[in-house]
Amino acid sequence: MTTAVAYGAAGRGAGLARSTSTVTRRALLRYVRTPQLIVLATVQMSVFFLIYRYMFGGAIHIAGMSYVDYLVPGFIATGVLFAGIGTATAVAEDLEQGFVDRLRSLPIPRSSVLIARATADTAILAWSTAFTAAVAFAVGFTLHGSALEGLAAFGLVVLFGFAFEWVFITMGLFAGNAQAAQGMGMIVFPFAFVSSAYVPVSSMPSWLQAFAEHQPLTYMVDAVRALTLGPQAQALLGHPCDYYVTRSLLWALGIIVVSLPIAVWRYRRG
Amino acid sequence: MTAMIEAHGLTKRYGKTVALDGLDLAADAGQVVAVLGPNGAGKTTFVRTVATLLRADAGTLLVAGYDARKEPAAVRRVIGLAGQFAAIEPAMSGRENLEMVARLFGQRRRTAKASAAAVLEQLGLAGDGDRLARTYSGGMRRRLDLGASLVGAPRVLLLDEPTTGLDPRSRIELWEAIRKLVQAGTDVLLTTQYLDEADHLASQVVIIDHGKAVATGSPAELKRQIGGSIVELHVRNRMDLARVAEMLGRLDHGETQIDESTRRVSVRVHSGGEALMSALRSLEAAGVELEDIAMRQPNLDEVFLSLTGRPTADSRSMAARAA
Repeated sequence: MTTAVAYGAAGRGAGLARSTSTVTRRALLRYVRTPQLIVLATVQMSVFFLIYRYMFGGAIHIAGMSYVDYLVPGFIATGVLFAGIGTATAVAEDLEQGFVDRLRSLPIPRSSVLIARATADTAILAWSTAFTAAVAFAVGFTLHGSALEGLAAFGLVVLFGFAFEWVFITMGLFAGNAQAAQGMGMIVFPFAFVSSAYVPVSSMPSWLQAFAEHQPLTYMVDAVRALTLGPQAQALLGHPCDYYVTRSLLWALGIIVVSLPIAVWRYRRG
Repeated sequence: MTAMIEAHGLTKRYGKTVALDGLDLAADAGQVVAVLGPNGAGKTTFVRTVATLLRADAGTLLVAGYDARKEPAAVRRVIGLAGQFAAIEPAMSGRENLEMVARLFGQRRRTAKASAAAVLEQLGLAGDGDRLARTYSGGMRRRLDLGASLVGAPRVLLLDEPTTGLDPRSRIELWEAIRKLVQAGTDVLLTTQYLDEADHLASQVVIIDHGKAVATGSPAELKRQIGGSIVELHVRNRMDLARVAEMLGRLDHGETQIDESTRRVSVRVHSGGEALMSALRSLEAAGVELEDIAMRQPNLDEVFLSLTGRPTADSRSMAARAA
């Protein structure tokens, strides 16, 4: 017979793997069992995609290809930023509502709480990305490269998502409450819009082009494009696929290397 | 036996604000210790420091014998914390919440299930264990939160204002749950700004003000410390208040308190019975009409007033409740 632990027995604490999986499970259950959250995570990106596809798409012409093929990689890659606002808010809510205090008072590695958040939110992001991709295929998007390249593109987006999660976790930790986190989340707009995601950079005023060409999102969007557009990619982008993939991966790595230690430091400081 | 908590010269500053100002506190094991003080006295800062959520700037702090600064991981293995908010996951059932925390304490799956079931039973939540916590009432959430803090079988349970914001019935239910825990052998440190809460639950009370302990003792000792009893008169006509106060002032100590809103006058006296008799005689001679007259032990509010020279924030509502 199993009995409950006697009082004063004092737990030895869960290790990194068990505490991470336990806290990840809680974050995922919260998404899945909160209708507003799961519906938002599932359809929000697709709804905005359809607006772009059908409302703006008619007015934007990209030489040599349909707008939907141009838009999908850009839209999905920048989707990681909008998903990140949810992460920053969730982290801030956990702080605000005392959940983080409870976790910080438990005998578990403190990093497990942050790893769990990044893992759970990346999983949710992968789900909404897959859903949006399915919608995209249904409204005329086609892969011009191989299926394997298509999968690689999906993998890249998830990886970018994981990298940006650390930025948004940091943001949530600094914000301290949900409203402030949402406010700070507004920083994603210039990065999402002043990029090659929705329109070619060459169509922007020159002072914006300087920023748009060199910011990480443009490299990430172009890497995904290079993998999905097949032979047309190089004509549109100017460099071979490797060029964009390597640079986007370096950006992702750089983002993790900078933001992860800041997040951990901020979390430990309390 | 190792003391539950020992703090010496504990200091914590936030910029220019001093939250803990060289706090000295010794809480013995095997009992409920209440840290009592008004808002801003440093109660929450103290609990957060004990729970290793904050690091003191100076001073030493031992929790169940472990140094909170040098061995925070060891401290976390022996404490359970229930903060001011119900830190539970609303999208999980009561049982799942408890199993999650038990797992984080390193319990195996089967043990975690058994501990969660035992805690649900103990807190009277067994029937609601499989409902999502977001469907719980405020009182049930607080009980579940308390459960989460003890499912790891802590040696020291830290409760930061456990009943703040609860309705009277939920409050009494939570008190009941805390009492049972102590019987089961858990040491409890709780903070409260409710004097009656400390009086009901604690065998040792530490009164803190501006980050310092101003008095320590059992509720009875603290009451004795200011001495004597209180004679309290409830007059029928408001205009008699001043006259009655003046009369009572002549009785013994002379420290009278007038509460206009409830038409009460109270005075601290040393020789209880005699004072009461002479009060009655002079009131009768003066023809004052009374609703009620009583002699009682001072409550902790009066203790606080005499120790710090100012009333607690909730003394007015206490007076109203006493009425």
